[in-house]
Amino acid sequence: MKEQHKHTKAKKYGMVIDLDKCTGCGACMAACMAENNVSFKKDESDKLLSITWMRVYKLTNGKKFPEADICYLPRPCMHCEGDHGHAPCVSVCPATATDYSHETGIVSQIYTRCFGCRYCMAACPYHARYFNWWDPVWPDGMEKYLSPNVSPRMRGVVEKCSFCFHRYQLAMDKAYIEGRRELEEDEYQTSCTQACPADAIIFGDLNNPGHAVTQIAKPDHKHGGRPMNPNAFRLLERLGTNPKVYYLSSRRWVRRAGDNYIKDERG
Amino acid sequence: MKVCRRSFLSLIIGGAAGVALSPLPLKLTDDSSIWTQMWPWTPVPEDGEVSHVDSICTLCPGGCGITVRKVATMSGDRAIKIEGMKGHPVNDGGICVLGLSGLQLLYSPTRVKTPLKRAGARGEGRWEEISWDEAIAEVVKKLEGLREKGKSHTVACISGTDSGTTAHLLGRFLTVYGSPNFIRIPSIQDSYELTMRLMQGVQASAGFDVENADFVLSFGSGLIEGWGSPVRMIKANSTWKDRGKVVQIEPRLSNTAAKSDKWIAINPGTETVLALSIAHVIIQKSLYSADFVNNYSSGFKEFKQIVLDEFSPDDVSEITGVSASTIESLAKSFAGASKPLAVCGRGQGETPGSLNEFMAVHALNALVGNINKTGGVWAVPDPDYIKWPEVEMDRTAANGMRKARIDGAGSKRYPDVRYLLDRLPDAINSGKEYPVEALFVAGANPVYTIPDSNAVKEAFNRVPFVVSFSSYMDETAANADLILPNHVFLERYEDVPAPVGLQKPIIGLSKPVVKPQFNTKHVGDAILLMAKSFGGMIADAFPWDSYEACLKETLGNKWDSLINDGFWFDSNFRPADWKSAFNTPSGKFEFVNKGLAELVKIEGDEQSYPLILIPYDSMRLASGFIGNPPFAIKTVEDTVLKGNDIVVEVNPRSARGFREGDHGILSTPKGSVKVRVHHFDGIMPGLVALPRGLGHTAYDEYLAGKGVNFNELIGPVEDPVSGLNAAWGIRAKLTRA
Repeated sequence: MKEQHKHTKAKKYGMVIDLDKCTGCGACMAACMAENNVSFKKDESDKLLSITWMRVYKLTNGKKFPEADICYLPRPCMHCEGDHGHAPCVSVCPATATDYSHETGIVSQIYTRCFGCRYCMAACPYHARYFNWWDPVWPDGMEKYLSPNVSPRMRGVVEKCSFCFHRYQLAMDKAYIEGRRELEEDEYQTSCTQACPADAIIFGDLNNPGHAVTQIAKPDHKHGGRPMNPNAFRLLERLGTNPKVYYLSSRRWVRRAGDNYIKDERG
Repeated sequence: MKVCRRSFLSLIIGGAAGVALSPLPLKLTDDSSIWTQMWPWTPVPEDGEVSHVDSICTLCPGGCGITVRKVATMSGDRAIKIEGMKGHPVNDGGICVLGLSGLQLLYSPTRVKTPLKRAGARGEGRWEEISWDEAIAEVVKKLEGLREKGKSHTVACISGTDSGTTAHLLGRFLTVYGSPNFIRIPSIQDSYELTMRLMQGVQASAGFDVENADFVLSFGSGLIEGWGSPVRMIKANSTWKDRGKVVQIEPRLSNTAAKSDKWIAINPGTETVLALSIAHVIIQKSLYSADFVNNYSSGFKEFKQIVLDEFSPDDVSEITGVSASTIESLAKSFAGASKPLAVCGRGQGETPGSLNEFMAVHALNALVGNINKTGGVWAVPDPDYIKWPEVEMDRTAANGMRKARIDGAGSKRYPDVRYLLDRLPDAINSGKEYPVEALFVAGANPVYTIPDSNAVKEAFNRVPFVVSFSSYMDETAANADLILPNHVFLERYEDVPAPVGLQKPIIGLSKPVVKPQFNTKHVGDAILLMAKSFGGMIADAFPWDSYEACLKETLGNKWDSLINDGFWFDSNFRPADWKSAFNTPSGKFEFVNKGLAELVKIEGDEQSYPLILIPYDSMRLASGFIGNPPFAIKTVEDTVLKGNDIVVEVNPRSARGFREGDHGILSTPKGSVKVRVHHFDGIMPGLVALPRGLGHTAYDEYLAGKGVNFNELIGPVEDPVSGLNAAWGIRAKLTRA
C-alpha cells in the first residue's frame, strides 16, 4: 500500500496550538461542528455523551485566590503515529474501520465499516472518540445546512476528528485538475484553524522543515517526534503515542498539566 | 385429548419459558438493532455546485465580514457554512461561536414564518396567521386612531441600533408620525458617547486603536469575552502577546484576566477610585504628558487638587483592596509605556455603567496624552452617509415631537443623554409620565435583555399594543400582539456601519445569501408600506419604492465597492489633531470634576444578603437579543450549565458548607432562583458569579428553560449624573434548597 503513494511526498499533517493565545472562546468547537455535520441533542451538559470532535478543556492550577489561574486547552484527535507507525486505536480495531494513513499522517474513521464495539474508545488515551448512542436528529428544517462533504453518522458507530480530511481531498482534486501533485500550504487547512479568531492554531506538514508547525514545535523525528522547543509539549508524552498535535505554553504549570507527573517530579 | 385450563396454561407458560431460554430473544434484539440501523434515518445531504457569498454578520454589533459557502441543489440553494471573511478590516478571517452558528438561526424552527396576530392571551402562544396586507393594515389602523386622538407621542420604538438605514427609517417614521420616543438598546456605547460629549465636546463614538496600543489597562472590560468587536479584540490580544502588556482589574479571574499579564483583583464597584488613585500617582510624580495637559486641556488644576487631596494610594488601597505599592507601580508602568490605553465597561459592555468611572478612566487616557493618537482613544464621528431631505411634519407630528420623551432622555434632569431604555419600565409602571399606547420593537429583545424582568413584563402588559419585527419567536415576540417577521441577516440587504469600538470608519453590507425561506419582509419594506398606507406627509417622507432602492440611493457611489468587496473602509482616516479636536466651551479637553468620587450604590442590605452577585460574560454565550443556537449551547461547560440547572461560582472560602455541585437557592432583593454551586478559586471570597445569556423562556427546547436569566435577579441602578443603568452587581444570599 505504502508504495502506491510514492508519487507524492509523504505528508505528516500536524497542529501547533498556542495556549498563550487561546482565549477559550469555543470558535474551534463550533467551526468543527458546522464543518463536519456534528449532531446535537437537547441536553449537551453531560459531557461524556456530548459529541465534540474538538473539545476545549479548562485547566486550573489548583491554587487559592488570588493565585488561581486558568488555561484553555483545545483537544482535537491527536492523530498519533506511535512508535511503530500507527495510533493505539488503530491496533485494536477489529473492523479496520480506523487506519493510519502514511500518505498524510491522518487517522481515518470509516463509519460504514465501524460496528460499534468501541475498543478504540477504550484504547484512546485522549477521549477523542465518541459513540453515537442515538441516531442524530436535526430539528425541522435544519438539515438544510448539512454539508454534502461529510456523511452524517448513524447510531451505533464511533466518530472523531478527521483533521477535516474532506478538505484535503477537495484540495488534492483541485491540484490534480490544475496539473499539480503537491499542495500549497494554505490550500489545506482544518476548519478550526481557519476559524480561530486568536490565530492560536497552526496546521501544516510536520515533514516540511520550512513550515511554521515544524519551526515552532521543532519535532525530533529521531525521538518519536518529541518537541525541541522548550515551551512546546504534547499530551501524555510519556505514553509514547507520538501525537501530531503540539501545544505551546509559557507557563510551566500548564506544560506539566499535559502529562501525569508525580508530585515533586521535575519536568 | 381434552384441552383443559391446566394444560393450556402449561403450554403457554412452558412455551414462553422455552423461547426465553433459547437464543431467539437475543437474536431478535440484535437483528432489530442491526436492521433499524440500515433504515434511512440519517439524512443524506444533497450535493451541488459550490459557491461563496461575502456578507456581514449582524448577530452582534461587531460587524465582522463573513464568507458563506452554499450549494446549488435540485431543491434550491442551501447555505452550508459560515466562515470569517479573509482580508476584512475587522476580523480578517476570524469568526466567533455565534457567527459560526448563524445557519442554525437561518434554518431554525423557532423562526416566525409569516405575520402573526395574537389569538389568545398575551404570551399564551396562540396565534393567527395573517397576510402582510392585513398586518400592515392592522398597524396603520391602530396608529391612525392614536394620531386622531392627538396621542401620537405615546408610540415608542425600541431598536437594537440607531445607525444604518433601517434604524433611520424607523426613526424617520416615528418623527413624521409624531413621536419623540425612538429608543436604542443601552450599552457602554451610551456612556462612552456621553464621556466624549462632556470631556471633548463632540458627538462621536469612542474608537480604540488596540492594534497599536502596547499597554492596555482594563477596568473589568471583557477584552476577549465580547467587549467591543469580539473577533477584532481577540486578534489584538494575540498581538499583545508579542509586543504589549495587558493589566486586568477585576474581582473575578475571567478569561481576560487569565490571559492578561497581570490580574489585579479589586473590590467590585471601586474601579473609579482606583483610576483616580492611578491619576494621583501620575500627577504627583509628574508622569503625565505636559504638552497635552498644559496646552490642550482645561480644568486640570481643579482635577489635580481633588485627586491629590482625596485619592492617595494609601487612602484608596483599603477601599479597593489593591495595595498602595501595586497602585504606584501600575501608574508608573501605565504612564511609562509608549502607547498606553485605558478602557472600561464591564464584561461585554451591555450595561452602560457609572459615568464617573468612564470619565475617570478617560482622564487617565488624557493624562498620558493618547487622545486621538496612535494606540489611543479616537473620537470617531458618527457615519454621515445617510443624507435624506429633512422631514416635513404636519401639525399633529410637530405637536407630538414637542412632547417630552417618556424615558427622560434629553430632559433637564438628563440633558446630555440620548436614550434611557432602562428607565422605560419604571416610567410605564409608575404612570408618572404619559402611558405608552403602542410599542414597536426591532432588532432587540427587551423582555429578555433589560434588567428587572418582572418590572419589564409588567410594563409590557401595560402597553396595549406591542409590535415585534423579530425573525424568531423570542421573549418579546412571544409577548407581542402582532409579529411582522423580518428576514434573517442571510436573506436581506442591510448596511452595517461603525462596528462598536473600531477606530476607523467602515460600512459593511449584508447581502442575501439565500432566498427568504419564509413569508417574511424586511423591516425597511414594512415601514415603507406603513408610510404609504398613511398617505399625506408621512408617505411623502418616504419617496422610495422599496428598501433596496432606498439603500442603493443612500449609499450612492459607495454601492459598487460595497457589492464587490462587501465593505467600504476609510483606511486612511486620522482623527482630528489636538488643536481642533475639542469642541467644548473652552475649546480644550475638559477634566470634568463634578462629584468624581461618588460610587454607584449596590441594591440590598448586607445583613440579609451577605454575598454580592455579579454577572459574567463568555464568548460561548450570547447575552444580547439573539438567543443562543444549539452549537453555542453545546460548547458551554458543565460548570456553567448542568442539565437545566444554572451553575454559580463561589470561592470555596465563602461556600458555607455548599459542596461542589450542591443545589441551593440564590436570592436577591429582586428574585430567587434555584442554582447549583461550583467552587472556583478565581473568584473573590464574598462574591457569587452567574453567567449571562441563559434562562430563555422562548425559543425551542434546545434553549428554553436552560438556566436562569441574570436580569431576573438584578434591577437597574440609576447613575446620578447620566440616568443610565450603572448596576454592576446586587446583594445576594445562598440558602439550602
